[in-house]
Amino acid sequence: MKIVSCEALEKIAKDVRREIIEEVYGAQSGHPGGSLSCADILTVLYFNQMNINPKKPNDEGRDRFVLSKGHCSPALYATLAQKGYFSEKKLNEFRKIDGILQGHPDMNKIPGVDMSSGSLGQGLSVANGMALSSKMGKMGYRVYCLLGDGELEEGQVWEAAMTSSKYKLDNLCVIVDNNGLQIDGDIKDVKNLDDIEGKFEKFGFNVITVNGNKIPDLIKAFDKAKTVKGKPTAIVAITTKGKGVSFMENKAEWHGKAPSEEQFKIAMEELK
Amino acid sequence: MDMDKKIATRQSYGEALLELGKENKDIVVLDADLSSATKTNLFAKEFPNRFFDMGIAEQDMIGTAAGFATCGKIPYASTFAVFAAGRAYDQVRNSVAYPNLNVKICATHAGITVGEDGATHQMLEDIGMMRAVPNMTVVCPCDDTETKWIIKEISKFNGPVYVRLSRYATPVIYEPNQKFKIGKAVQIGKGTDGTIFATGDMVAEAIKAKDILEKNGKFVRVVDIHTIKPIDEEMIVKCAKETEKLISVENHSIIGGFGSAIAEVLTENQPAKLTRLGVKDTFGKSGKADELIKYFGIDVETIVKCFNL
Repeated sequence: MKIVSCEALEKIAKDVRREIIEEVYGAQSGHPGGSLSCADILTVLYFNQMNINPKKPNDEGRDRFVLSKGHCSPALYATLAQKGYFSEKKLNEFRKIDGILQGHPDMNKIPGVDMSSGSLGQGLSVANGMALSSKMGKMGYRVYCLLGDGELEEGQVWEAAMTSSKYKLDNLCVIVDNNGLQIDGDIKDVKNLDDIEGKFEKFGFNVITVNGNKIPDLIKAFDKAKTVKGKPTAIVAITTKGKGVSFMENKAEWHGKAPSEEQFKIAMEELK
Repeated sequence: MDMDKKIATRQSYGEALLELGKENKDIVVLDADLSSATKTNLFAKEFPNRFFDMGIAEQDMIGTAAGFATCGKIPYASTFAVFAAGRAYDQVRNSVAYPNLNVKICATHAGITVGEDGATHQMLEDIGMMRAVPNMTVVCPCDDTETKWIIKEISKFNGPVYVRLSRYATPVIYEPNQKFKIGKAVQIGKGTDGTIFATGDMVAEAIKAKDILEKNGKFVRVVDIHTIKPIDEEMIVKCAKETEKLISVENHSIIGGFGSAIAEVLTENQPAKLTRLGVKDTFGKSGKADELIKYFGIDVETIVKCFNL
């Protein structure tokens, strides 16, 4: 069921953020920063945009989602649980030896995960294969692929971008979670990407820039992407790493670190 | 064995793929700007809508194939072995094998028999790399008949497969009606003086050696191990029990490859001495394929010498 109320979606996004913190705190391991930055994107996709049914996770005609930045699995798992693919209780199993929720998404263990991921730079190629399959079979489903901005340093992303463009995959929508940070620091210091929009434009994409932490803006961007014919769309979503937890916001050190008990309490209080 | 009719397994692959494409609409073929060399161009010409030239982008090719497989297509992805198993190793591992996707990686130009192109293009580590990857089936057919069977057979089961093919034209060993089974080696001859285990384009060399030995009063058997993983343990143990001398010959590094796989079986089940012929921890070089197999000691004469005539 499609949720159109931005207030309702914002509430879900907040629940997703709380669960991200709980997952990472529970496992004492995982990636909170990038998970928090993309929580709104995932919420809009799963609750407002994608044609999916959690009761039929393998339905042939469903829209697909590839989390190319696989380390942000806590955000995906929380979203899938919220959507009803599995019980929210399962989130306690995140990164645990007897659980299904692997450190990085595993399509064979977790209902609702359309592709396993984790090694960066590989998701867009896979999404292209899915989008091509949709077109070949005239299935009409759309494919969404979420990339990190740091991930754009992987060469395969650009090999894949050429493929998206060559085959005019207008049923493909790439989202770049542009939070500006990577493990070693500011992206501009580690390996400056400069003009992400310009790069995708030159690779033949329709490009939309949007505030990736604003739900109404995201809805508008995704709706617009659906109307573009003859070329793939890249939504460059400007986000805040660690969004919603004051001490995590815009701090590269929270890329892959678990909060202490005290920090956990503060975070949960802020996300009430 | 028809010694006069020589066909490279890459050619047989291209022809088999064309046939398979007619029978199964879910087959899609991907290549990385080498379709005239890998022979996927035969399929491309007949089925342009199911052929995807990914350009010189092997990593993207493997990932795209994985995406096709998640949607029920049966992708055959081809390039030279050095690029399929080497350059795209991480994509094969993480985007294909870990999710256990139904991608058939058909790698041509394996081994030193690539010839003149030299070391950068002569893949000598792929058997070792690919058999170490969980979920992966590894096959290496030796002739036209076996290749055509394998290409069709792997479409019938779900799961990733690495097919190792050769540029080197080799004799047609089997009759068209020969029966094969994945995971079951083919024993050629019943001699008990020795066993020559071989795979791919080395099987013909082994058979030539067997014939020479026979003329000199040594009776050996050749075992064509077309499936390197899962390997036919039963056959290896049986030969170790029944024959005196054991030789393995591979167009690959002796580290981690075909001979190593046989040695693993022997060590755990039927300890016996195994002489491994293969490329000895060195890169290849330019030259003609016939010259190179002599230079690296994986030719008929080197095999015969192992039996101290």
